[in-house]
Amino acid sequence: MIKEAKLTHPNDSAMPINKRKPIVTYVILIFWTIVNIFPLYWMFTFSLKSNAEIFGENVIGLPIDWLWENYREAMTTGNMALYFLNSIIVTSITIVLTVICSLMACYALTRLEWPGRKLANNIFMLGLTVPIHAAILPVFVILRSLKMTDSYQALIIPYTAFALAMAIMIFGSFIGNVPKEIEEAACIDGCGTFGIFFRIVLPLMRPAISTVTIFTFLQAWNELMFAVIFNSKSEFRTIPVGIQTLSGSYTTKWGPIGAALVIATFPTLIVYAFMSKKIQKSLIAGAVKG
Amino acid sequence: MDKIRRNKLAIVLFILPAAMLFIGIIIIPIIMSAIYSFQNWDGMTQAEFVGFKNYAELFTSKSAGFVKTLGNAFLFAGLSVFIQLPIALGLALLISKGIKGESFFVTVFFIPVLISTVVIGQLWTKIYNPEYGILNIALNAVGLGSLKRTWLGDQNTALFAVFIPMLWQYVGYHMLLMYAGIKSISTDIIEAARIDGATQWQISKSIIIPMIKPVIRICVIFAVTGSLKAFDLIYVLTGGGPAHASEVPSTLMVSMIFRRNRYGFGSTIAVMIIFLCFFFAILIKKFFKTEEDLEVKK
Repeated sequence: MIKEAKLTHPNDSAMPINKRKPIVTYVILIFWTIVNIFPLYWMFTFSLKSNAEIFGENVIGLPIDWLWENYREAMTTGNMALYFLNSIIVTSITIVLTVICSLMACYALTRLEWPGRKLANNIFMLGLTVPIHAAILPVFVILRSLKMTDSYQALIIPYTAFALAMAIMIFGSFIGNVPKEIEEAACIDGCGTFGIFFRIVLPLMRPAISTVTIFTFLQAWNELMFAVIFNSKSEFRTIPVGIQTLSGSYTTKWGPIGAALVIATFPTLIVYAFMSKKIQKSLIAGAVKG
Repeated sequence: MDKIRRNKLAIVLFILPAAMLFIGIIIIPIIMSAIYSFQNWDGMTQAEFVGFKNYAELFTSKSAGFVKTLGNAFLFAGLSVFIQLPIALGLALLISKGIKGESFFVTVFFIPVLISTVVIGQLWTKIYNPEYGILNIALNAVGLGSLKRTWLGDQNTALFAVFIPMLWQYVGYHMLLMYAGIKSISTDIIEAARIDGATQWQISKSIIIPMIKPVIRICVIFAVTGSLKAFDLIYVLTGGGPAHASEVPSTLMVSMIFRRNRYGFGSTIAVMIIFLCFFFAILIKKFFKTEEDLEVKK
């Protein structure tokens, strides 16, 4: 009886409930969409306005004069071009190092056989819960004694170290899907350990590599605490610190600051526009397994 | 194959880079932090071992202000758990009902999570600006001009004004986790309940929420440990001011170490932050687990 009802009228019983509610549901969801989007819309519009517009003539409308000059000023006088380049250097090297180190470590931890690998794996997984505060002063002391503050390495090395645990965990959950039989077949065909790793495992791990890349990108691109403390010279400043400096020197001129905020945000948003599903899935995987 | 899996050279080469980074940047520094926390050290002169004096100062000295920062962190944690998570849960339930535009809403609600906290902080500094910020302008426009204030500069409102962007930024994250949890529930169960005449509210309350408890637990842990660790947003918005009204443990730690050169005392705060994060993560896990066990027994 029930089965029949389900087959013939799949939605009948649910209909009346769902029919009454959508209006309220949509009102709430659209309200929250506005709450989410409006500050960003405002940021984008005031990045293209003059103070006169921002401060009274045209507070929330689209810019009357599209002042692209603000972007030029942020990039040149405000040094955002340099900070942007620094962020790209630091973030991309961090991503490459993280992927290489953690994928190799993950392979050794899951597929190779050696005494103490379980323990080693547990120690790496402990890293998932260690907040960066734990290390900030000692790492600063170490970097200072090695005369390595004020450099790209001062950020790349700690960022990589703190990204490892999550990356190893993500790779670990993906490597389970690579059948051991493939490796054995490759072995019979004459592949050695390195051959199996580089020719068989590495290509099969491509989806996992993109997940790790997303994670590491968000972490390194947005990080503030290490960046503030380890680098004091402007030539190595990344975007988050750069914006802080910029807002200190442009307290009364909002346009260029708005432009800097948009410059800092658009790479993330463009990537998100193209691969929102993948990014959402990556962050869910990272949270639920961690 | 066995020989390949026990290739010593490969094992060493594969594990070494990660192990060196991990030991050098995480393990050794944690030990160093613990040692510093028992010292009186300004970073230049000879460190002096003082036992638990720093820990005693943390909890007894009013001028150090740690107890107050802890109070603020707990307030943030409480607000996150009791305001932010219910909003996230509500949104996740609404979106997953099977409405049109489901993935559009998920995508939009998740945007703030991806934006740098510094950008969000700067943006909200502008929103809160006493003269030109849209908040005060909007209050004026609707005739509530008397409510206008310097939100971030007022001791009474600073803490709450910091919490709003925090909520704004992370609701989407919790919403996404809960939404994914709800989506993983088999539709048969919900369909069956619906045929039995359950309303959407009953389905949410008696089926969905109990089934996504593991996800909710993760969200609670993230909300609490996130509040204990919070730094970026507060650093950008208020720097802990005015008069320490919005100071949290990590902003206090940074100002102790890098402004007042109290390396030892700052490390004590660092150790407390790590300890509290672990402590609450375990506590919340235990608390939720017993509840689940009870349900199984019933």
